[in-house]
Amino acid sequence: MASPLGQSVTLHDIAARHLHARHRLLQMLREVQASRSYVPEEAIQFFAHVLNLPIAHVRGCVEFYSFLHTTPRGQFDVYFSDSVTDRMAGSEIVAKRLADRLGVTLGQPRADGRVTVSMTSCTGHCEQAPAGLANGRVFTRMTEARIEKMASLIEHGVPVSEWPAEWFHVDDGIRERGITLETFIPPGEAIRTALARGLPATLDEVERSGLQGRGGAGFPVGRKWRGAYETKGAHYITCNADEGEPGTFKDRVLLAKYADELFEGMTIAGLLVGAKKGYVYMRGEYEYMMEGLQTVLEERRAAGLLGENICESGLDFDLRIHLGAGAYVCGEQSALLESLEGKRGIPRVRPPSAVKIGLFGQSTINNNVESFVQAAQIAWKGAEWFSDHGETKSRGTKLLSIAGDCQRPGIYELPLGITVREVLARCGGENAKAVQVGGPAGTCVGRDEFDRRVSYADLATGGSIMVFNDLRDMVDVARQFAHFFAHESCGFCTPCRVGTQMLKHYADKIADGQGTQRDLEQVKSIGEFVKGYSHCGLGETAPNTLLDTIKRFPEEYTSRLLAEADFVPDFDLDASVTESRALTGRQDQLDQVHSD
Amino acid sequence: MPQSSSLERVLTRISARYRDEPYQLLQMLRAVQASYSHVPQSAMQFLARHLGVPLSQVQGVVEFYAFLHETPRGRYDVRFSDNITDQMLGSRGLCERLCQHLELTPGQPRADGKVTVDYTSCTGMSDQGPAALVNGLAVTRLDVGRIDEMADLIDAGIALEAWPRDWFAVRDHIRRSGPMLDLQMAPGAALEAAVARGASSTLAELARSGLRGRGGAGYLTAHKWRFCLEAPGMERFIVCNADEGEPGTFKDRVLLTRYADALFEGMALAGFVVGAREGFLYLRGEYEYLLPHLESVLERRREEGLLGGNLLGSRVGFDISIHLGAGAYICGEESALIESLEGKRGQARVRPPFPAIRGYADKPTVVNNVQTFIQAAQISAMGSAWFAEQGTEKSRGTVLLSISGDVARRGVYEYPFGVTVKEVLADCGAGAVQAIQIGGPSGHLIGAADFERRIAFEDLPTTGSLMVFDWSRDVVGVVQNFSRFFQHESCGFCTPCRVGTTVLRQLIDKVASGHASAADLDELEACGMVTRSLSHCGLGQTAPNPVLDGLKRFRPVLEAKLLGGTDGPGFDLDAELSEARKISDESLKEGQHG
Amino acid sequence: MAESGQFLIDGKPTPFRAGQTIMQAAAEAGHYIPHLCYRPEFPPHGSCKLCSVKANGRFTSACFEPVTEGMKVESETDEIQGYRKRVVQMLFAEGNHYCAFCEKSGNCQLQAVAYHLGMEDTHYAHQYPQRKLDASHPDAMIDHDRCILCELCVRASRDLDRKEVFGVAGRGLQARLVVNSPSGLLGDSNFALTDAAAHVCPVGAILPKRQAFTTPIGMRRYDKHDIGEESSLTPIADKGE
Repeated sequence: MASPLGQSVTLHDIAARHLHARHRLLQMLREVQASRSYVPEEAIQFFAHVLNLPIAHVRGCVEFYSFLHTTPRGQFDVYFSDSVTDRMAGSEIVAKRLADRLGVTLGQPRADGRVTVSMTSCTGHCEQAPAGLANGRVFTRMTEARIEKMASLIEHGVPVSEWPAEWFHVDDGIRERGITLETFIPPGEAIRTALARGLPATLDEVERSGLQGRGGAGFPVGRKWRGAYETKGAHYITCNADEGEPGTFKDRVLLAKYADELFEGMTIAGLLVGAKKGYVYMRGEYEYMMEGLQTVLEERRAAGLLGENICESGLDFDLRIHLGAGAYVCGEQSALLESLEGKRGIPRVRPPSAVKIGLFGQSTINNNVESFVQAAQIAWKGAEWFSDHGETKSRGTKLLSIAGDCQRPGIYELPLGITVREVLARCGGENAKAVQVGGPAGTCVGRDEFDRRVSYADLATGGSIMVFNDLRDMVDVARQFAHFFAHESCGFCTPCRVGTQMLKHYADKIADGQGTQRDLEQVKSIGEFVKGYSHCGLGETAPNTLLDTIKRFPEEYTSRLLAEADFVPDFDLDASVTESRALTGRQDQLDQVHSD
Repeated sequence: MPQSSSLERVLTRISARYRDEPYQLLQMLRAVQASYSHVPQSAMQFLARHLGVPLSQVQGVVEFYAFLHETPRGRYDVRFSDNITDQMLGSRGLCERLCQHLELTPGQPRADGKVTVDYTSCTGMSDQGPAALVNGLAVTRLDVGRIDEMADLIDAGIALEAWPRDWFAVRDHIRRSGPMLDLQMAPGAALEAAVARGASSTLAELARSGLRGRGGAGYLTAHKWRFCLEAPGMERFIVCNADEGEPGTFKDRVLLTRYADALFEGMALAGFVVGAREGFLYLRGEYEYLLPHLESVLERRREEGLLGGNLLGSRVGFDISIHLGAGAYICGEESALIESLEGKRGQARVRPPFPAIRGYADKPTVVNNVQTFIQAAQISAMGSAWFAEQGTEKSRGTVLLSISGDVARRGVYEYPFGVTVKEVLADCGAGAVQAIQIGGPSGHLIGAADFERRIAFEDLPTTGSLMVFDWSRDVVGVVQNFSRFFQHESCGFCTPCRVGTTVLRQLIDKVASGHASAADLDELEACGMVTRSLSHCGLGQTAPNPVLDGLKRFRPVLEAKLLGGTDGPGFDLDAELSEARKISDESLKEGQHG
Repeated sequence: MAESGQFLIDGKPTPFRAGQTIMQAAAEAGHYIPHLCYRPEFPPHGSCKLCSVKANGRFTSACFEPVTEGMKVESETDEIQGYRKRVVQMLFAEGNHYCAFCEKSGNCQLQAVAYHLGMEDTHYAHQYPQRKLDASHPDAMIDHDRCILCELCVRASRDLDRKEVFGVAGRGLQARLVVNSPSGLLGDSNFALTDAAAHVCPVGAILPKRQAFTTPIGMRRYDKHDIGEESSLTPIADKGE
């Protein structure tokens, strides 16, 4: 199992290990899930009792996160990454093959409790797809041959730890290096340089560099830090390592290889604002990196780079890593803070911003992994080192995760302001008909827009670039994204909760050839509504791909529509009787129903 | 000392960045030096283990290259170019001034670890000296004002990127152009012509042109390519020697800046002719500032289909990668260069076999100079007649001269081979010339008696360097500077060069300081002959040239420095005793305080 | 190319077989060419330059230069012997060689070749380098003062012992023998007295411990015989003094 814990670990042990701290509830629940393959009702009751929390709070938490379950999963819990790029690499085929071999239905444990096979949102290994998780361990490049072997290993009950090591090999995937990936800071040197220069002067340096938040929104990092610096009271530093945007995997490399720079950047921010504590919120899918990161933290403590009196500055700062449990919305900054506090990841009302009232109600600097890494490098090498690159309104370089229909998928560090066309030339994606910049929440551009620039001024991205060639059906791509958002909506606000479901429904209808012109109009109007009225960024961006593809590839939609009728009932008879057919074992065909 | 495991994390990344490839050891060590301002012992041990190479090899490489250090340098690492032409422009005084401002001793990091100031061999900026390298980047046209400002910037801890941009500006200074520099060749023209003509016809065209290697040795380029083509084996390589280390030479710098396209085209052409798929540009560490520019040209050529998988849409592939040197003149020797490309100490190999038969990774390899590849490309595009119409019977085409020293217009000049020294001197505005050093320290020192001679392979061959000294200069000082250069740059492999260059330097120092006798001049000559005759490679074979030329052509100048008639002692008593005096003096003081 | 043929050493017709170097053909014909870094077990190295000859009027090293039919090799001319003497003198001046109390004295090839060439003084100013003694190994020691950088130990350890105990670092006059161990000490390497590398040192740089001065003066290898009289083809096993 992924966790070192065995069945024998009691709930008391788990609660004690986490010091009965309420904000670590999610971490406790993860351990229960890992050791028992689900979170039993007794555990919910137990934690509610010992942490003095309402049972509803605990249950709400369990039900919120995809990787927590209230009914037992299989002894082997296999997830296949369901990003569109994984599908393009055949993820559906291998998942179905495994389910067939094991005789299970996707998403449901086998009767003997041996195994569950399900799909999950993008696991962040798109360039090594098809990828997935087996009891929390990431596997990559799954092939049908490997599936055959996996089925047999599962049937024989061979523990995941004894499966072939090469299945779990994750390449760093770096294809092109720029200033960030070419810089190798000796651990501690950025902190020492920042202290020697003076912390306020280092803040000036970060501001002057023009570094903007690398998560995608592009808020100036220096301004955020200054906001916190000028706010009185206690402070926290949090790092968003919840890289959940499908098609994004650049933080994975930074966490694996540039952890020192990340911690260094957080420490500098911490020393600057006088924070004592920082948290890295890492997506559950990256659990396999936990051990390595903990080692790095330990060593940094031993070297006096974390803990008390850092580098003889007289200042203290320490870091902890929290694991998520499968919830895309936690990539939203305020939802992430909620989740860090052990709650459901529901976005907060803003303002106030996290800089004013953030984690545990205190002023908080929250930045993306890449932002902290680059901030540390700027502290070490100076503002100009960074601002010499990129364009006027988008300084520096950006790590891009490129996947899909290109010859060389992987991670590219490129100056901001580069055109989509140049990006395609570098990754061997010249045949693209469409490029999704910034993940499902981003923008989908067609051929006539390939001269647009990847930058905060034009096409902003947290790092995801997905390439689609002429063979791809954009309606199907949009449909998959619609499913993704319907699955990931946190359910707090109406427009998003209901709207994403409606969008999914219409997308399916159109993609299945049952849609009409009227349905297309419905998508547009619901889409605009969801965009305009949602509570947070998730809903505000959820309809993007549908709306973009309707605008840019109208012929792909219109050719799907039923020409003769402008109305087809939303009610799908076949779909509705599927379940009863399965229960009754009747095999009557579509045409039979229609001919009735 | 950095903590070992955190060091290992950084090293693992550096190693991975170079694909954990032992041949890339030198590149990895350059990265370690850049991050840690030295290569810690523990880093050498880790890399040895990690790459599976002997620790002694890693240690050997670190100690071999001047830009790698076992003990920390300052975070600002300033090296003044110490060529004679820099000195003539006042570099020594500027260096001392900087040291005074920063309160440090040359060659030693300041106690706070912030800065080191040191000298290095010629950085290839003789036309715009005094020059220096700061953290590996070239700084030109230094003067008192810049030195004072530099001291302030360093003390204030201002990052290099925020220093005044014009300090880093390198000008091309093309003063006289001929057919080579004037030719505007469209990217791909040479390759297209070659593909249309066929590989063997292209080689024949090259042979007809009479092109000879522009690195100085003057070997027929077509012969070299043919040897490589006919050598047994499947794999072949193309290597461009851009390790322009000959003091006073800078024409390759200008070519790399302005004619990178033609250079890469020439390399691809060679690849096409001999059937190589991979090429390397070995760029001297001093030209690191050119790296982004060169990489962008490579990138563009890949996009244009002039490099990479399908050259010109064919199935033939050829690509080029760039390796950086780390401060070792010997690596300009072709077999030492190959050793260095393989991540080793740059020690000349036993030849034969020549690189054309056994070169990089023991495979047949064409090694040519920057200019040679450019001209090969031009010949392919324009035909051999275009090239051969200039020059002399045995030296076809034109020569590029890097002219520096006491002239009005320093820079690059293109002449047809066969031009007299006198004509050149008139063009560049040299007056009252006492001597010129043609072909760099390994070339020849000549006086007015030889100014009617012609620059050509059959008379005065040259790598392109031409340093001019007027009557205000001390020829002994010139010889001394060059002798120091060779002593510093000897690789240490063979006895006559390793020891001989030291003996020569000590003797010429003795002459310069006025302690020498007539017997010392004889000894200089004798030792020079041993080193010239027996040395393993071109470095040692040419290292005594300045001394021997000085004796031959400027004997009165040397004799004027001698002690009147008597044999002087072989050592300087005061100098020998100074250390002992210092120690006893200190212990005396301690005794007093105690 | 002919299977065999003839060439001239100092005017004397000498047979050779195709592919032989001047050194190999000369040794087979019983003609001594002074050398230090050459040994028949290894590919030619060419660093000591003592075997320099003129072949068809051009200076080259006998150890790596292939013989060609009719080649005229000059070896024992005054010019070349003079140069060779200078090379030996350079080696003496470079290191710290004190034959009078060196335990290799009488068995030392550097000393023997100096006698052979009639060297009476070191001629050049001594460099007096500061070098260390490595006595960390239980059975052997390295006196770096006496190392002439022939790299025989490097090659023997690498090619015969398959251990790579030694290497060379530094550049120019700073070139030096280094040991493959984290401390750089021989005692921390896997070197053993049974290694071929323990017995190839032509000088007194690598020496077995507790065996000093066991051979009485008069019985040592070069006490009665000039180095020119012995065959350079003596295998390593017999050379281990």
